[in-house]
Amino acid sequence: MSTTLPLPDDASNGAAPRATSQSSYLDAGMTVRSWLTTHDHKRIAILYTLSITAFFFIGGVVATMMRIELATPDGDLVSAETYNKLFTMHGVVMVWFFLIPSIPATLGNFLVPLMIGARDLAFPRLNLASWYLYVAGGAFTIAALVLGGVDTGWTFYAPFSTLYSNTHVIYVLAGVFVVGFSSILTGLNFIVTIHKMRAPGLTWFRLPLFVWANYATAAILVLATPVLAMTLVLLAVERIAGIGIFDPALGGDPLLFQHLFWFYSHPAVYIMVLPAMGVVSEIVACFARNPIFGYRTMAYAIIAIAVVGFLVWGHHMFVSGQSTYAGVVFSMLSFLVAIPSAVKVFNWTATLWHGRITYAAPMLYALGFIGLFTVGGMTGLFLASLALDVQLTDTYFVVAHFHYIMVGGSVSAYLGGIHFWWPKITGRLYSDRWARFAAILLFVGFNFTFFPQYLLGIAGMPRRYHQYPPEFQTLNVLSSAGAVILALGYLLPLLYLGWSLFRGPRANANPWHATGLEWQTPSPPPQHNFASIPEVTEPPYAYRPDRLGREVVQAREGTR
Amino acid sequence: MAQTRAAAIANATGGQTPIRLAAHFDDADQQRAAATLGMWVFLTTETLFFGALFFAYTIARSAYPDAFAAASRHTSVILGTTNTAILLTSSLFMALAVRAAAMRAHRLAAAMLMVTAVLGLSFAGIKLTEYALEYREHLVPVVDFAFAPDLFRGAELFFWIYFTSTGLHLVHLLIGIALVSLFAWRAYRAEVVNLATKVEVVGLYWHFVDVVWIFLYPLLYLVARA
Repeated sequence: MSTTLPLPDDASNGAAPRATSQSSYLDAGMTVRSWLTTHDHKRIAILYTLSITAFFFIGGVVATMMRIELATPDGDLVSAETYNKLFTMHGVVMVWFFLIPSIPATLGNFLVPLMIGARDLAFPRLNLASWYLYVAGGAFTIAALVLGGVDTGWTFYAPFSTLYSNTHVIYVLAGVFVVGFSSILTGLNFIVTIHKMRAPGLTWFRLPLFVWANYATAAILVLATPVLAMTLVLLAVERIAGIGIFDPALGGDPLLFQHLFWFYSHPAVYIMVLPAMGVVSEIVACFARNPIFGYRTMAYAIIAIAVVGFLVWGHHMFVSGQSTYAGVVFSMLSFLVAIPSAVKVFNWTATLWHGRITYAAPMLYALGFIGLFTVGGMTGLFLASLALDVQLTDTYFVVAHFHYIMVGGSVSAYLGGIHFWWPKITGRLYSDRWARFAAILLFVGFNFTFFPQYLLGIAGMPRRYHQYPPEFQTLNVLSSAGAVILALGYLLPLLYLGWSLFRGPRANANPWHATGLEWQTPSPPPQHNFASIPEVTEPPYAYRPDRLGREVVQAREGTR
Repeated sequence: MAQTRAAAIANATGGQTPIRLAAHFDDADQQRAAATLGMWVFLTTETLFFGALFFAYTIARSAYPDAFAAASRHTSVILGTTNTAILLTSSLFMALAVRAAAMRAHRLAAAMLMVTAVLGLSFAGIKLTEYALEYREHLVPVVDFAFAPDLFRGAELFFWIYFTSTGLHLVHLLIGIALVSLFAWRAYRAEVVNLATKVEVVGLYWHFVDVVWIFLYPLLYLVARA
């Protein structure tokens, strides 16, 4: 299927692999115990990858059942109540147990220390603790699922969640509360590591954008998640004790819940998408053989998105009865986020300009991200407009919009990142041909699944119902059919990456001829990352398009 | 001058505590800087955690100003004020312990930490006494709550926030007491490595718990006592 890359090592690219006399992190111990007690950020990243993949497929199975139900207008597969439980579980699992930890806890955990020339994260034991908290939170959520599920929607709006719902709300609240502390610990670890443990010469404006993105994400994790934690505590007490400040029957204010919830949950969108932007920046620069266009503006744009992202939560509440003036301000601030987001899209495009582009699998995922993120972002502007949002709230337009950002955007970037750094993580190569096929399948399947949902939303189909009028059937069938292609796009990598894990040819230290410290150490990296801590003397993305572009073309030929 | 005093105290109290460097740090300074920054970031998280509760308080108080004023008069301002004084004094001893540990005077640090822990325990004791008094006065929501009917809802919310916030504060304080006592014991036995950093970090935490109380005290005890 593929052969080892016959590439010369290029010293001027900083790509010279060191002698692999050191044992890799994978050889440090083969027992289950050695994995479950490891303090190595790379192994913890693997633990996270396995766990979030499991949750991704749980959330995926639930989504599949929803799409099957929606293939016909009648509620013939599941009852309305079961359908409520399905979309709740899909949301809870995908948001907190897949998307939030996806890139930071896996690729970020693995790569941030490598990219900044550190031997580990600042607090290795805390890093392991964060994984155990993730598992504990997951156990609560699985318990809720097994006991019969939850029907509140992932948003847990009070007073439905506190007074009326007869499902296992408390288990899920406990699960999300606990997994929140897992996020907080990861964020704390990243902030301290990036501040205090950079290699000599690695100034802030020499950091790869992936590190910038994870830094901004970490700040959001640390600042937003505790607010959710307290909100869930208040919600749980209200449900258990029948006293509280959200339920109007108890003298409370349900809008208070919405404000507190979205104060976390809107920045959470940026937790999902900022690391994805970091991944895409790395991939685009490497496969265009060009330095990132406007590196500093890219870094500032990341920070700007993180900061302004904290001030826009009220756009989820345009129809909630909040004051019109608040609505106007939140609407304007929401439009403001589009500016740094657009800066990033334009800069990626400008990076491609005059580059030597190769369409290897990671690049296809990254280009897919740029397109889908742009569509998702533009439709976000529809929803940020006060008047239009009144029409579109709680329709499939919203569903399509955030899936374009979170699935088309973040999941594409996550898979792109997995493909890009797979040789570094595993020390193996995979079949580029199959990988490119899977990337295209994902892109096509995704658009077939979710583009019809924009049209359904504009036509007025509300979300969260298991039945619909027959005139919506054509577009729903198209969406369900697309979901089949999308599912294949997700399953296929399991096969060829699984094959690569055991049978794939060995990768050298830098198969893509990429810049960045992570490519200067052997693949897979030794236990303490670097034989000696590297010194950084040049800015990131020091690609030289004329000469090296041709070598990457050869690299891809080699894998056919 | 300070240097010689530090050396004198270190000699008088039995030498220096060792520093152990974890494998992934370059030097002791980096390790110390990482530990203190880690605690600052954690305290930022904690600020937002309590911040959500303070926000809820603000909304509830603006909805029920009269009930909050009436309910606040039922808290024990004498015990609350005493506790404020006790906690502020404990922070003084915490600061002295940080200084003593920085001078590597581990016996002195152990003594200061013990005083801090004892003051913390006194605070907890007085707080629990207050809870008992409030129970006797039928002020515990859900369990046993009675109040003037026209102010009932708002007063119930007030006491619900009162117990949630002071309870969470107490949990934080008890964790602090456990850590302070542990370090005091180990500093006394000279078994602890990186004493200066550990005491500094637990000191940051202690002062934070103190600051939370400084906000809780006027919000809960002094609403209508101006």
